[in-house]
Amino acid sequence: MRRLIYLLPALLFLVLAGYFAWALRPGYDPQALPSALLDKEAPAFDLATLQGGGTLSRDGLKGKPVVVNFFASWCVPCRIEHPLLMRLSQQDHVPIYGIAYKDKPEDAAKLLAQMGDPYRRIGLDQNGRTGLDFGVYGVPETYVIDRDGHIRKRFVGPLTPEQVRDELLPLLQKLAAS
Amino acid sequence: MRMPRLLTRAVGVRRLVGLAAAPAVVTLAAVTLAVVTLAWATLPNTAWAVQPWERLADPALEARARTITAELRCVVCQNESVDESNADLAHDIRLLVRERLKAGDTDSQARQAVVDRYGDFVLLRPPVEPATYVLWFAPVALLLMGGAGSALYLRRRAAVVPAAAPLDAAERARLDALLRDGDA
Repeated sequence: MRRLIYLLPALLFLVLAGYFAWALRPGYDPQALPSALLDKEAPAFDLATLQGGGTLSRDGLKGKPVVVNFFASWCVPCRIEHPLLMRLSQQDHVPIYGIAYKDKPEDAAKLLAQMGDPYRRIGLDQNGRTGLDFGVYGVPETYVIDRDGHIRKRFVGPLTPEQVRDELLPLLQKLAAS
Repeated sequence: MRMPRLLTRAVGVRRLVGLAAAPAVVTLAAVTLAVVTLAWATLPNTAWAVQPWERLADPALEARARTITAELRCVVCQNESVDESNADLAHDIRLLVRERLKAGDTDSQARQAVVDRYGDFVLLRPPVEPATYVLWFAPVALLLMGGAGSALYLRRRAAVVPAAAPLDAAERARLDALLRDGDA
């Protein structure tokens, strides 16, 4: 029985090592935050559109599940993500709406002229207030909003093909079916 | 006459720099430096991130805003408070808090407005709730466990060590003899 006490340090080591291994698991980003608004109603917004005419609003998007992508022309990771959004918008009939976060309309337009426009409509969030309400802490961020206007998923940073395949598309399918 | 070494060197430098009126310039620079240093050291811990135009006109409200934002984490630069951070987002959050206070929110309502958007993560002082019990109480629990272990160990050791028996007459005589030998 007394001998067992000498095993204690080894045991402690194993517990710690296990914890560290868990915290270092691949694909885990300790800086990524779950949205505080997950499964809650998306904050109301009503933004002038880049194309002019009409607005992009939460209530206007209700009725079908949509993808809302915060982007900016000054944002480098957004350019990384852009081709993927283009493919998504062409192939998968995914309704993607853009919100240009703290961006000048002419800069956003220039970006889309260069790289293509994957968005059905683009709202202008020039003072970043809508981003703040969503809890955006860096562009790009991508939200999935269901037909009732509830946030069902947030992707922080540029979308990856794996995330689209394993998470985004299945979730959209599920939301469309339900 | 020989000049002290330092002085020659100073004169040399002055010549090198080519400043005829060096003493005046040097004095001016020294005074400026002293004033700036003094101002830096004596100002209350000013967070330089908060821009003048962000401040509220009402000092009481502004003080409340400062207190609130000092306890909010800037989510971009995750180890700085919103009050200290120069990040754009921290600026937005500072304005949000001030806007809410001006609209008549209590401190906790204004804080909640930020938590609603960014989650408990923005609180540098996490709330006490079941999910954070380990965080809050583990140190105390570990201290108690360690203390209890130490107390147990010390008491057992005290019980094991027998009190030294007093010397009997023969031992006393032998010890005295040894000590005398040592003196000789």
